[in-house]
Amino acid sequence: MSDTTALYRKRVRTNRIALMCSLLAMLIGMSFLAWIMIVLLYKGFGALSLSLFTQSTPAPGSDGGLFNAILGSLMMVGVSTFIATPIGILAGVYLSEFGRKGWLAPTTRFINDILLSAPSIVIGVFIYAVYVAQVQHFSGWAGSLALALIAIPVVVRTTENMLNLVPGSLREAASALGAPRWKVVLHVVLRSARAGVLTGILLAIARVSGETAPLLFTALNNQFTSYDLNGPMANLPVVIFQFAMSPYENWNSLAWGGAILITFGVLCLNIVVRTMFRKKI
Amino acid sequence: MMQSSVSTKREMSFSHLREEATSAVAPGAEPKIKIRNLDFFYGSFQGLKHIDLDIQEGMVTAFIGPSGCGKSTLLRTLNRMYDLYPGQRATGEILLNGKNVLSPDQDVNALRAKVGMVFQKPTPFPMSIYENIAFGVRLYENLSRADMDNRVEWALRKAALWDEVKGKLNQSGLSLSGGQQQRLCIARGVAVKPEVLLLDEPTSALDPISTAKVEELVHELKSEYTIAIVTHNMQQAARVSDYTAYMYLGELVEFGLTDEIFIKPKRKETEDYITGRFG
Repeated sequence: MSDTTALYRKRVRTNRIALMCSLLAMLIGMSFLAWIMIVLLYKGFGALSLSLFTQSTPAPGSDGGLFNAILGSLMMVGVSTFIATPIGILAGVYLSEFGRKGWLAPTTRFINDILLSAPSIVIGVFIYAVYVAQVQHFSGWAGSLALALIAIPVVVRTTENMLNLVPGSLREAASALGAPRWKVVLHVVLRSARAGVLTGILLAIARVSGETAPLLFTALNNQFTSYDLNGPMANLPVVIFQFAMSPYENWNSLAWGGAILITFGVLCLNIVVRTMFRKKI
Repeated sequence: MMQSSVSTKREMSFSHLREEATSAVAPGAEPKIKIRNLDFFYGSFQGLKHIDLDIQEGMVTAFIGPSGCGKSTLLRTLNRMYDLYPGQRATGEILLNGKNVLSPDQDVNALRAKVGMVFQKPTPFPMSIYENIAFGVRLYENLSRADMDNRVEWALRKAALWDEVKGKLNQSGLSLSGGQQQRLCIARGVAVKPEVLLLDEPTSALDPISTAKVEELVHELKSEYTIAIVTHNMQQAARVSDYTAYMYLGELVEFGLTDEIFIKPKRKETEDYITGRFG
């Protein structure tokens, strides 16, 4: 009996230690996140005003906002999502559903993984070389393309992973009714994994909306409000980069404002989609 | 002594379980499915060996045997489910209405529309109860909204589920209980009006009440469909089937009328298995 109690006490002790360790790890992670948020709010809160959303980036010392950068970011992230979503989902479906045999799928998966971890500056230089240098000017299209190249591997990977989580019995059940393969995939498999696939797209959006390096080489920046994707375009990350490095106080403050916008924009996107898809089928 | 107690027990359970005697098919009636010299391979492993078996129209045929004996494999050759997986293949003949379904020019999807299947675990699709049933019907029929409504109700009534779900057809199929989900899957299989219904351990994940409902259902459905059922539950085989096939290690050991198999098996192995003395 005493043996059992000793063993029991040891278990309780081990459990407590393990619990403390994981709690500590969580606290360290969370505290950095909280720290970032607090600094961001503290420094950037003053910059939040209506003019931030309505006026374009100003000259040093004068009033202004980030309208052109917000607009440019929204347009380029929008276009890149529009390009990356279909390609990413279709490629992910191929990898998970149709590429069971042969060498094509494993090779694609391998290359996709390389792309996934490719430094974003390399993507920027690549688009610069094959597009910007050819047409001889920076443009929003080039920026969108660079962002799409970053987003595609994220969507491919998450789509494939999510589809792999769909139990094989569901595919069998749909096939057993006589449904052709594409209908099984479209109506049953993709539908079961809908929330996961959407999360993947969201992750991709979150990832690209903070990318700076690929835009430096492609969309560059624009002091003025421009709706023309065929010319240089302002965007939040590059504006933050330039303004934060500058010696002008009003630019610094705008940079903090921009940082808040990106951070909370991505946060809101996450929350909205999560609550939207929690209760649905 | 031992022998007699076992047989008494068996007869007792039979008198409780079987309410009506099986009506044997008239000799000379053409079977719905004729399996001839069927071999099945998982890669290099042979899962089925020289199976010869007739499945009679309008009857329930049960496949029993220990795990890994090939009974599910046999069932899955009947609708060529194995086609989904590279490396699995079948040789021999399976004649459905006299036509070999294993031949390469057989349209697999058309075959599966004729030979429906219900699986061990309930597999409702991630859509509403109504859509779960309409999905299969739409694949091969173009029904008006009203006709589809009728078909859905008909199928749900067939599966004894209508009264439980009629007020919530638009709710997700996943919101139902396990037993209800399984009956939804049966309704889904019935709705496309197949000729043959394959049931792969349809009640092994269900509680006794749901199991009883599904078994009743099998009883109801057999007047219109030819049914093949795989089960681990010997009493279930005795209760629901007209014919029973006992399989072991990929071979068909004994096949015959359920009553004969359970009361007077010809082979010693069969008797050992159904009396639980299988070693």
